[in-house]
Amino acid sequence: MTVEVSRHRELGLTDAEYELVVEKLSREPNGVELAMFSLLWSEHCAYKHSRKLLRRLPTEGERVVMGPGENAGAVDVGNGHAVAFKVESHNHPSAVEPFQGAATGVGGILRDVFALGARPIAILDSLRFGELDSERSRFLLDGAVRGIGHYGNSIGVPTVGGEIYFEAPYEHNCLVNAMCVGLARQEAMVRAAAAGVGNAVVLMGASTGRDGIGGASVLASAELGDGDEAKRPTVQIGDPFEESKLLECCLELLEKGLLVSLQDLGAAGLTSSAGEMASAGGVGIDLDVARVPLREADMEPFEIIVSESQERMLGVVEPAKVPEVLAVCERWQTGAAEIGVVTGSGRVRVLRGAEVVGDVPVEALVDGCPLYDLSPAEPNGWIYGNRATLDSAAPAEETLLALLSSPSIASKRWAFEQYDSVVGSRTVRRPESADAAVLAIPEAGNAIAVSIDGNGRRVACDPYAGTVEAVLECVQNLACVGGEPLGLTNCLNFGNPEKPATAWQLERAVSGLADACEALGVPVVSGNVSLYNEGPDGPIYPTPVVGMVGELPEPGRVTGSSFAHEGDAVALLGPFAPSLAGSELAKLRGVLGAGLPSPDVSAVAEACATLRDAVRAGRIASAHDVSDGGLACALAEGAIGAGLGCRVDLAPLVERGCSAEEALFGEGPGGFLISGDRAALESLAADGVEVLVLGEVGNGSLDITAGEQALVVPLAAARTAWHSLAGRVEGAA
Amino acid sequence: MLWGVVQFPGSCDERDALHACGQAGEARLLWHEERDLGGLDAVVVPGGFSYGDYLRAGAIARFSPAMEAVADFAAAGGPVLGICNGFQVLCEAGLLPGALLLNEELRFVCRQAELVAAGAESPFTAGIEPGERLSIPVKHGEGRYFAPPEMLDRIEANDQVAFRYAPGHNPNGSARDIAGVVNEAGNVLGLMPHPEHAVEALTGSVDGLRLFEGVSRVAA
Repeated sequence: MTVEVSRHRELGLTDAEYELVVEKLSREPNGVELAMFSLLWSEHCAYKHSRKLLRRLPTEGERVVMGPGENAGAVDVGNGHAVAFKVESHNHPSAVEPFQGAATGVGGILRDVFALGARPIAILDSLRFGELDSERSRFLLDGAVRGIGHYGNSIGVPTVGGEIYFEAPYEHNCLVNAMCVGLARQEAMVRAAAAGVGNAVVLMGASTGRDGIGGASVLASAELGDGDEAKRPTVQIGDPFEESKLLECCLELLEKGLLVSLQDLGAAGLTSSAGEMASAGGVGIDLDVARVPLREADMEPFEIIVSESQERMLGVVEPAKVPEVLAVCERWQTGAAEIGVVTGSGRVRVLRGAEVVGDVPVEALVDGCPLYDLSPAEPNGWIYGNRATLDSAAPAEETLLALLSSPSIASKRWAFEQYDSVVGSRTVRRPESADAAVLAIPEAGNAIAVSIDGNGRRVACDPYAGTVEAVLECVQNLACVGGEPLGLTNCLNFGNPEKPATAWQLERAVSGLADACEALGVPVVSGNVSLYNEGPDGPIYPTPVVGMVGELPEPGRVTGSSFAHEGDAVALLGPFAPSLAGSELAKLRGVLGAGLPSPDVSAVAEACATLRDAVRAGRIASAHDVSDGGLACALAEGAIGAGLGCRVDLAPLVERGCSAEEALFGEGPGGFLISGDRAALESLAADGVEVLVLGEVGNGSLDITAGEQALVVPLAAARTAWHSLAGRVEGAA
Repeated sequence: MLWGVVQFPGSCDERDALHACGQAGEARLLWHEERDLGGLDAVVVPGGFSYGDYLRAGAIARFSPAMEAVADFAAAGGPVLGICNGFQVLCEAGLLPGALLLNEELRFVCRQAELVAAGAESPFTAGIEPGERLSIPVKHGEGRYFAPPEMLDRIEANDQVAFRYAPGHNPNGSARDIAGVVNEAGNVLGLMPHPEHAVEALTGSVDGLRLFEGVSRVAA
């Protein structure tokens, strides 16, 4: 087999990288080997532009059971149990074919979690699309939501939370990030490292076809552009039924102690799974492609070895246990074939029967890819556009209704009602009933809180501060339900890192993430990087998405985000310093620019601790973090959910120098809107955290005064605006 | 009181059903290839996507060995509860009248629904008065109850309607707001809402527990 010189370029390798492959092999690679290197040395698999930066993230903590490098991270939740979790992107497949792209994104992250021996108990999604008035955005939104529902609902894992933002820079390159949370008995957990020379390598699940060939290199590691439709064959097709059987089968195998190790097949298929398992275990693996069950009999070895067919897992099994493994697979009607063996050679060898068709050193394949330094340069000012859709002279009432009906702020009920949020009997707080999802863990006698956040627009304004804010937003959401963070996962969605401005955004964002995690004592246990998110109009907003799992002792004590009783006092807790910089209002007015105020991480952490204790002690009736759209929108959300209005005066904020507009609509970290017994709320100030009583719950309207501005909006009008998303998606479609 | 919960490949809610049954007796899973229902006092056919449901929902599951045994069990008067996919399977198997079609809005829907007990007599509705309201979640893509008008007239005349969606709560366009029906003998009940997901205050409501407790009381 000979290789034409330009072939490596088509597969995404640079000339220098190709030379390095030749050097490592001491010869030219054949076609099979070139396919293997081009995929494992892609950005998607090798993290060649981000790995150096990621070393800055703190990854250790008392509660960490598994950290980065495994299929997913895991933290101790007590009583011998661990919670495994990870977020991963499926952006480019979703931009090309949203239904299958999103569905297989869910399928992939589920496999990462059950590969550890954890039963998936929750899914959350973080989605980004262009503005809703674009037909393409509505098409992508509809397809992605249906795809997530199709996979998650069919496999019986509840989708309990998430977020959706609509911003023009995502028009061409939408983002679909899926997070899965699983629960495991720590004793039954397994790592991905292959071990035991002579052990069998068993491929389980679906048969292998020509779908998704080159997905990691062609699709995930290059910018989107003209001709993306021709890339549809690189998108995989999901089969949740196959995955459901595979999931139950793998959990049974692990529960019975029949597997030495387990790894899912994702990007780059068998090549990456076998390579990474061998690398982690310091061994070699021989794979016989003639023994791989195929969908099409005439597949070439290189196609078999890089196919990204979904719903497949690779297990290492002691030879004596192979029959029992095959029997369990048979019972679950899931495919299983012994396709290889663990060797001491330190090489991945690809065989077709007796013929060797590929032979590469594991070290070169998995760790040999050159890592690149970035060439960051701060861009000159705001590099994204502005589009005014709201007159800055609009009255306060009109402004509030415009914000509530802005698709990024409006209720996402249209989307989350398409997801099963209750299967599993753990869901204590369903979507939008509290700031974080709450899942009961009776196995450990407690509960977990889960949240996923990341406002790309604010990160675009200031990558460092915006990323710190994303972490704080997550911690605040957890605090609202009494949750204390145990660990963090992240997905870094950025543009082309070879461009200086994007490199600068990436470097500043990772610094912010590292510093925030360090200051808060929250370890990063897993993550994913998605680069080259660009369309013809330029890069996406830099979008680090942060997922967090926290612990709380008594799920029965959890409060919601809506007001609870007429006559309750309403107060603002925490070091909230609202600003219009980077706010939803600044977007609507078309006045976005670079820069955000610096967040005070330790002050926010103190407020979170106070709130957490108050929620756990049952001292407050509701808690809602002040986020997009500022205090006025937080008040409206608290009121709409309860069907109770409120009468408040923001004078305490105005007196300290906030303008009326900043007090009403300004954004920033550190603020919580709480309600309850007035004396109980005031007593929270004893901890040294600021508590400003603003008014009380009651009245059929939102009655908010801020200095010279006063607005009165009937609750029904606010509700109509906040629930306008369904009509705008369906009506316009 | 021993419950059996059928488990097909692709079932989703079988552990939830097991948990709910466990609050009203003992319960075990019944593998789809099992034919021996010896010792069982009641059977639940749970929710999910049996065998993937890539064909019409429930169309393959009705042919499973376990369902053949469940049909015999039902013919002998044994209490059978079909929830969501289980309801679809029982309709496909001819154990219940009617069929479940794609939701009117052609989307999956998951929300808390208000039901009204419609008066059908069955072990599962023992202790629930006609007109009583129950709050129970629905979650399905193919839950629109359909039957020809004459059949609807007949099952209404026979008092075979067990639950209707309360006015304004019909989530899927079901004919005459029907959420659940029983067979003529009353021992087989199928419904789209999920009573097994309404057995704990912590996770939403306890109204669904009454269906499980009802049959336990009758059996005891």
